Amino acid sequence: MQMTEFKPKIVAFCCNWCSYAGADLAGNNRLNYPAEVKIIRVPCSCRVNPMFILRAFQRGADGVILCGCHPGDCHYTSGNYYTRRRMALLFSMLNFLGIEKERTRVEWVSAAEGAKFAATMNDFVAQITALGENKRLEDLRCKK
Amino acid sequence: MQRIGVFVCHCGTNIAGTVDVKAVAEALRYEPGVVISTEYQYMCSQAGQDMIHEAIRENNLTGIVVCSCSPRMHEATFRKTAQSAGLNPYMVEIANIREQCSWVHKDMEIGTEKAIILGRAAIAKVNLNAPLTPGETPVTKRALVIGGGIAGIQTALDIADAGFPVDIVETKPTIGGKMAQLDKTFPTLDCAACILTPKMVEAAQHENIRILSYSEVQDIKGFVGNFTVQIKKKARYVKEDICTGCGLCTEKCPQKKVPNEFNLEMDNRRAIYIPFAQAVPKVATIDPNYCTMLKTGKCGVCAKVCTAKAIDYTQKDEIMEEKYGAIVAATGFNPISMKPFDEYAYSQSKDVITSLEFERLMNAAGPTGGKLLRPSDGKHPHTIVFVQCVGSRCSAHASKGKEYCSKICCMYTAKHAMLTRDKYPDTDVYVFYIDVRTPGKNFDEFYRRAVEEYGVHYVKGMVGKVSPEGDKLMVQASDLLADKQLHIEADLVVLAAAIEPDMSARPLATMLTASMDTNDFFTEAHPKLRPVESPTAGVFLSGACQGPKDIPETVSQAGAAAAKVIGLLAKDKLKGNPCVAGSDEWMCNGCSSCERVCPYGAITYVTKEFRMPDRTTALRRVAQVNEAVCQGCGACTVACPSGAMDLKGFASSQIMAEVDAICK
Repeated sequence: MQMTEFKPKIVAFCCNWCSYAGADLAGNNRLNYPAEVKIIRVPCSCRVNPMFILRAFQRGADGVILCGCHPGDCHYTSGNYYTRRRMALLFSMLNFLGIEKERTRVEWVSAAEGAKFAATMNDFVAQITALGENKRLEDLRCKK
Repeated sequence: MQRIGVFVCHCGTNIAGTVDVKAVAEALRYEPGVVISTEYQYMCSQAGQDMIHEAIRENNLTGIVVCSCSPRMHEATFRKTAQSAGLNPYMVEIANIREQCSWVHKDMEIGTEKAIILGRAAIAKVNLNAPLTPGETPVTKRALVIGGGIAGIQTALDIADAGFPVDIVETKPTIGGKMAQLDKTFPTLDCAACILTPKMVEAAQHENIRILSYSEVQDIKGFVGNFTVQIKKKARYVKEDICTGCGLCTEKCPQKKVPNEFNLEMDNRRAIYIPFAQAVPKVATIDPNYCTMLKTGKCGVCAKVCTAKAIDYTQKDEIMEEKYGAIVAATGFNPISMKPFDEYAYSQSKDVITSLEFERLMNAAGPTGGKLLRPSDGKHPHTIVFVQCVGSRCSAHASKGKEYCSKICCMYTAKHAMLTRDKYPDTDVYVFYIDVRTPGKNFDEFYRRAVEEYGVHYVKGMVGKVSPEGDKLMVQASDLLADKQLHIEADLVVLAAAIEPDMSARPLATMLTASMDTNDFFTEAHPKLRPVESPTAGVFLSGACQGPKDIPETVSQAGAAAAKVIGLLAKDKLKGNPCVAGSDEWMCNGCSSCERVCPYGAITYVTKEFRMPDRTTALRRVAQVNEAVCQGCGACTVACPSGAMDLKGFASSQIMAEVDAICK
């Protein structure tokens, strides 16, 4: 019997001003990307607590991507700089926690970059699919 | 427990084409808190909105989830619907199943499955929503314009004409700024003074404008609608209200050797001076660094000759505190220092000058009375070399100069070249350029006239070195188009120095908590859609403090900034965004982490008395968010080590509930 195809669970945090609008633009232009990607809207990428990312992994996410405005374009002027530093720190610890660093990513997607959004998501899903299921950090108690 | 209504929209076939909306509505009916789940063709239509309205009333809903298009599209619509039915508008969440689902997926099964998950996440979030009310703050109906150049004057005039009082704070003894120093203006060649001075007078005479010249902003506190500003009125040792500006004192003052900054130190003024004939306010000012009376107590000539008895050697700096609703930064620009560019021999020869100095030399009110004479020997120059882009468009790795284009130099150099050839047809004029940039109305026509009608020699290439030899300046340059080296024996070299923001901009930005770019230009709230507003609410930008600009652009930006200020001051109360940060005072440990990351300065610390067990009290330092200033980015929520800081509308618990719902 053949195994069912692996469908990763992917959480994408998108800032309201650039990346969420970029995702909307991808939709307007009907640019396909895998349905495994589910977007959570946050006001700014700097709203994303590293805890949210760990929580997602704990609850069984296979990949988490964080999208914000390009450096220098943040609606709140400096939010994405905080994001960049915080995530650099978090990502540097992931291997230690037993999670492949490649399961996370920070991307800058502007409101005008619908195509980049779709391409990024296609690429990220392919990367996560290749990595396979995230088993290490998953909290078994959360499994239904 | 919330009572949630779920409304799934077909959006014609936009959603229903790829998502089985009936199945979605059915699946979401059994989610926690959901009491009603239904679908409709067009939720945003009047009929759809009426349906939501009715459902809220009939089922006593406490929250709704609309599965439809992007919240950027119709969130406001559905919030209004909810409000009309008596529900708090912030109890509405949108699941974006069009742009982020039906439009990007083709398979019905996959689309439906994803739509259900997105709906679940929205339901999980709305379960934790709390009603939010935007805070209201009163607005002080008065504006402060910092900087009295053409940008500041125009902004002040436009605000004042709309009926709001405006104060202009200018550090110099007169308003007028850089434009007052100019001779003619491109591309029409009308004289700068003729178009500027009437505006200066209009500002001075306007009933709604107060000019605080020779004054500086010392401190700014508060937030949009409610700024408190400390202004230092520097002592000018002349009673402003009594001085008639007759100028007798400036003729009699025995201290004659004071470099005249208005003429860029190309001539001298007295220790008591009026910067120029049309100065506003036309009042004398004593320069304390040079006045013998102030320094040694012996002189007093000006007091003796003053018939109005306006001289007051005992005057002191005065600090005043004023309240404003809006602040406009119009601090302007300066040419950069030529010190690092010694290959052009600026420090070695008096005949190497900057364009602004050239402007004064050509000005009828300038040191030479408008005659183009060499600063060194007062002779008429026969060969003039203009060097463009001195300090502009430098490589990021160069140790000197600016990376950006100063924007105005191409045009003013064309103007200088043209005016020179017009007045002195016997003069040879060379212009060395990297590119000639003329993207303005009638700009390219103007430049072409300089080349075609006035016979200015435009040479593509840079000047490598200027060396003074005798009374000549040897200019070594390359002609890139002819691919050869040029050696020109010049009498005068004019450097088109890059422009940079005024030095006062950086400390002002700190006081305003307004952001700046790496070049110290003020950053706008959005480079395209909000170009005259600073990201800091209530702070507006006018003129070259935001980026290099010519006069027409400055004036239009000044008007735009005024329109934004008027829009703000016309409101009696300001409604804020209720999705702001708030700190749990019991959890806050007073570490200041949040205060440090806040880009708006919205967080302050207060010491409060807390009731502790056993009837004791304790003083603790806790964070307090000013809701009128907070923009709701959430940077502080992550910085907070104790978890005391949270963002309303995007609470940690809500985002984690969404994460859980998606990962389930």
